[in-house]
Amino acid sequence: MFGFLLKRFGLLIPTFLGVTLAAFSFVRILPGDPVLLMAGERGVSPERHAQLLEQFGFDRPLYVQYFDYLFSALSGDLGQSLVTKKPVWDEFFTLFPATFELSICAIIFALVIGLPIGMLAAIKRGTWFDQSLMGAALVGYSMPIFWWGLLLIILFSGTLGWTPVSGRISLLYYFPNVTGFMLVDSFLSGQKGAFSSALSHLILPTIVLGTIPLAVIARQTRSAMLEVLNEDYVRTARAKGLSAARVVGVHALRNAMIPVITTIGLQVGVLMAGAILTETIFSWPGIGKWLIDSISRRDYPSVQGGLLMIAVIIMFVNLVVDLLYGLINPRIRHKG
Amino acid sequence: MALLIIENLSVEFATSGGTFRAVDRLSLSVQSNDILAIVGESGSGKSVAMMAVMGLLPWTAKVTADKLDFNGIDLLNLSARMRKKVIGKDIAMIFQEPMSSLNPCFTVGFQLAESLRIHMGMNRSERKKRSIELLELVGIPAPEKRLSAFPHQLSGGMSQRVMIAMAISCNPKLLIADEPTTALDVTIQAQILDLLVSLQSETDMGLVLITHDMGVVAETADRVVVQYAGQKAEDQPVKKLFAEPHHPYTSALLAALPERATSRLLPSIPGVVPGQFDRPKGCLFSPRCAFATDLCRTVEPKRASADLGHALCHYPLVNGEPTKNQKVS
Repeated sequence: MFGFLLKRFGLLIPTFLGVTLAAFSFVRILPGDPVLLMAGERGVSPERHAQLLEQFGFDRPLYVQYFDYLFSALSGDLGQSLVTKKPVWDEFFTLFPATFELSICAIIFALVIGLPIGMLAAIKRGTWFDQSLMGAALVGYSMPIFWWGLLLIILFSGTLGWTPVSGRISLLYYFPNVTGFMLVDSFLSGQKGAFSSALSHLILPTIVLGTIPLAVIARQTRSAMLEVLNEDYVRTARAKGLSAARVVGVHALRNAMIPVITTIGLQVGVLMAGAILTETIFSWPGIGKWLIDSISRRDYPSVQGGLLMIAVIIMFVNLVVDLLYGLINPRIRHKG
Repeated sequence: MALLIIENLSVEFATSGGTFRAVDRLSLSVQSNDILAIVGESGSGKSVAMMAVMGLLPWTAKVTADKLDFNGIDLLNLSARMRKKVIGKDIAMIFQEPMSSLNPCFTVGFQLAESLRIHMGMNRSERKKRSIELLELVGIPAPEKRLSAFPHQLSGGMSQRVMIAMAISCNPKLLIADEPTTALDVTIQAQILDLLVSLQSETDMGLVLITHDMGVVAETADRVVVQYAGQKAEDQPVKKLFAEPHHPYTSALLAALPERATSRLLPSIPGVVPGQFDRPKGCLFSPRCAFATDLCRTVEPKRASADLGHALCHYPLVNGEPTKNQKVS
């Protein structure tokens, strides 16, 4: 187990370096520079332009800028936003809870619905039930997020008027920001209706963001389950006279979860990408929306820092998933 | 009274090329305190017949029988709920591949205790005590330590011992062993067989041993059923079968045993067991039979009497020579 951990941590180093390099070059490949964008339509004189570039340090050779960024990042300094002049770190963590809350809800939504669907489809394989579920999953997987979001808004917010169109909570409520999670804060505030308002704002974004992971998890669970149901040990479990629920829910599921858990880990990346679109559609004040704004303003430090933080979070989640994998699969735990 | 009575059991699978009959009108019975060996080549329907008894076949299989009785219980029309009370408790089964028959995600202790909880209603400490006892019984050293072992930490022989311990945990009246030694190496094979036979004689349970190894049959069984292409070819007590096989197939199988070979080249049976698409007319063994006549190739044989080993043959052998099938049952 120790060797496994060591190897797993060692793998993080090249990944981290790759991510910093990618984030650094990505913003610089984009045409346009931050000074010109800040100046807007008034324009800026060549002298002032050069002066500002020097002030921000963008006149230095690229490799110097890169190593500066890398070593600052390693010491926990992501620089200052060119636009707000606030530390990127602070900006990120002010907005991150909103994205985190949305992502957690989306992945829970995907698991709670995706796992049972996959299991049922596997048990009823080949029937119309299986085929319609998997057809629906394919549609969900292929659905462009922005379009799906708009469809839901038109139906549930527009025609039916059941849910709010955008934001995290109704403007009627104000309470202190304790944890940054709107559900928790609104509950703690004790104000009547605040919690249900926060909840109703969450429903549509959760569905929109959770749809692709749901479809992937359902399909992966089904195929893993189908494979496992043919295994000899499932026959043994049935030969013991166990109930069908126990054979499937305990003996088969535990084995089927091994590939599914990996998939769930990979979905975190999908969630982050999806969050950018979902937050934009629903005006959700999270890092996705912030990142889009920063990119359009060529706010180099914010984009670099934001991308790096997202990548670190994804790496961390995948590490946890790998450890979990060892926990659920004894054959890995005892190796190395 | 017989423990297990099977009369005219047929199992059919619906395939894309039509129905395939894996077991064809099989009849046999097992007495308690009896070891019945079912012998036959791969694909002769031995395992499928026993899986039908256990109710382990997939839903694509169609099982029909005149009678499928276990200890007075009609297994054919048993509700799923009642079946669960019999399967795994009074009838247990062990399989060919011990390594893949244990669930890799759970410890030996968990898998052993599971049946004890469900069928015997034991509490935690009773289960642990009984599990250790069972592992001791099947000859696993340091049983307490093994309870927390995962299947991948056991060898094939150990895994099969654990499977046997699981199977006998609820004191079954009948144990079905489906080629229990095929996947093991030769020295371990003998140990596992010895274990099965000694457990059988200690507990008075009936034992059905599915095998394709005539050597195993000779050493262990009381009675033998020879299966060919889903049909029962012959059914005799073991000593009589070895002394005087009545079906040409049995005779050919015995002749192929190295111990019995007289020439330098081991005799073999030409051809293969017919599959779904190459079923011969008449006797299914006729294309491979040394004694086949036109009658054999065109008309299905009738079953001979008990003193001719219930042989499914037009001309059951007597003293190695084909005779006219006189008594038709």
